[in-house]
Amino acid sequence: MAVSDEELDTFAGQLDVILSAVARVAEVAAADIPPTSHAVAMTNVFRPDEVRPSLPREDVLACAPAVEDDKFRVPRILAEEA
Amino acid sequence: MSDLIGLTAAETAEKVASGEVSAVEVAQAHLDRIAAVDGKLRAFLHVDTDGALEAAKAVDAHRASGDQLGPLAGVPLAMKDVVVTKGLPTTSGSKILQGWIPPYDATISKRVKDAGIVMLGKTNMDEFAMGSSTENSAYGPTANPWDLSKIPGGSSGGSSAAVAGFEAPLSIGTDTGGSIRQPAAVTGIVGHKPTYGAVSRYGLIAFSSSLDQAGPFGRTVLDAALLHEVIAGHDRCDSTSIPQPVAPVVAAAREGARGDLSGVRVGVVRELQGEGYQAGVLASFEAAVAKLRELGAQVVEVSCPHFEYALPAYYLIAPSECSSNLARFDSVRYGMRVGDDGVNSLEEVMSLTREAGFGPEVKRRIIIGTYALSSGYYDAYYGQAQKVRTLIVRDFTAAFDQADVLVSPTSPFVAFGLGERVDDPMAMYINDLCTLPASLAGTPAISVPCGLSDGLPVGLQIMAPALADDRCYRVAAAFEAATDRLVPPAEVLA
Repeated sequence: MAVSDEELDTFAGQLDVILSAVARVAEVAAADIPPTSHAVAMTNVFRPDEVRPSLPREDVLACAPAVEDDKFRVPRILAEEA
Repeated sequence: MSDLIGLTAAETAEKVASGEVSAVEVAQAHLDRIAAVDGKLRAFLHVDTDGALEAAKAVDAHRASGDQLGPLAGVPLAMKDVVVTKGLPTTSGSKILQGWIPPYDATISKRVKDAGIVMLGKTNMDEFAMGSSTENSAYGPTANPWDLSKIPGGSSGGSSAAVAGFEAPLSIGTDTGGSIRQPAAVTGIVGHKPTYGAVSRYGLIAFSSSLDQAGPFGRTVLDAALLHEVIAGHDRCDSTSIPQPVAPVVAAAREGARGDLSGVRVGVVRELQGEGYQAGVLASFEAAVAKLRELGAQVVEVSCPHFEYALPAYYLIAPSECSSNLARFDSVRYGMRVGDDGVNSLEEVMSLTREAGFGPEVKRRIIIGTYALSSGYYDAYYGQAQKVRTLIVRDFTAAFDQADVLVSPTSPFVAFGLGERVDDPMAMYINDLCTLPASLAGTPAISVPCGLSDGLPVGLQIMAPALADDRCYRVAAAFEAATDRLVPPAEVLA
């Protein structure tokens, strides 16, 4: 993600303030505490492996910024010298 | 102002079902209201006039053919723009999705339509649901129907303003750190964040996946409960959706409306009041607690010592998850693409697109999140925040040993002025002080109006253990029955 010089000037100070505020989590003695990544712990949620229709190709390609030959067209992915 | 727009959702559904009014008349009355006042309120990003009238006609046709109508059939609803709607523009308040027409429906959209609810359009929000004022929307802020110079809350500020301003009796919001409850509080309506996993997240544009949860707004507790039962329930498309029956929230709202709370233990959270809270908010809150006692509740004080760390923990966890979730906006399959001149590489195009497409708050959070997850900082920031999250869950567990529900103000302040806090992210984040603990613990919480301070609404937050959403509705309905309904001054939108 590119950031403009102007944004960089604004963000630098703000990010400092935010980071020092959130660093307060370090005040809590939690060495022996297990982490919580999810409020409702669920593991290995399975569902039947059924064949179901996918979205029509034209509907999906209609959302794309660039299309060529029924496919997503993307900018070059290799450098010139490659 | 048509009489039809002043009705509750429950009353509207009853009149439509009995044939006293048609769903088309109801939809038209609300579309007229939107045409008259939304220039001032700016609650909607997109109004779907044709779709709404068509959906209303279908309800009337069902009734005419003798079909049994659902409990909210023919009732208009405003949908937050973070919820994907087939064939209707969906931007999540961001420029990067401008012009996107989704090819599928979110589970919520589908359930709303299947219930015969008439979707009027999509509501404004902070970009990707990051904010507390709707001022982070790429499409400009929404105003508060109580005072057009004030914020309507956020991130679901378009949805709260639409309901408070009588543009719709119902709306859908999403709540990651308070984005349903705080807007409900500052606009004087009811808003509920369900238990995490109670409502499917399929088709919700993800911000922070372990926290995001959609829920209902209404002008009454019963209306919110009726909508809750439409949207909640297990969904195979969301693997975090809970495979359990929906809590009986409508029955709880009706039971609560009888006004008897004897035997209910209400815990006042010591850490969610005092310094930093507006005096008027605290006064309304204290009066609300006294009212609950009058209704028969047994009031106790509980302590949740780690709640003060909810804010720093949240502002590490949510940005971390967002920095990962928003990586999907890569300009390849949908959304904006900038700088594709045949010379720039894929990576350069992605970088330029994201610079142009994301607003400042989204960028700040992506930067913070990337930093908190980076090697060398992970343990001190993200890892430590997750441990704090465990301690907050434990605080709740201990508190719910002593009380059936916990109460606090919903927000430390009433609605502040548009533009007042935009340059100070921390001043904005502090809005979420009271709502963050329930978000981190995944527990349900409702905000119900509890009076005015300086002429602006104050919200009472009622929190319950996971899956006990019905307790929130029961206590809120009892409180509502014992207090005057708040209606914004008519001259604001006259």
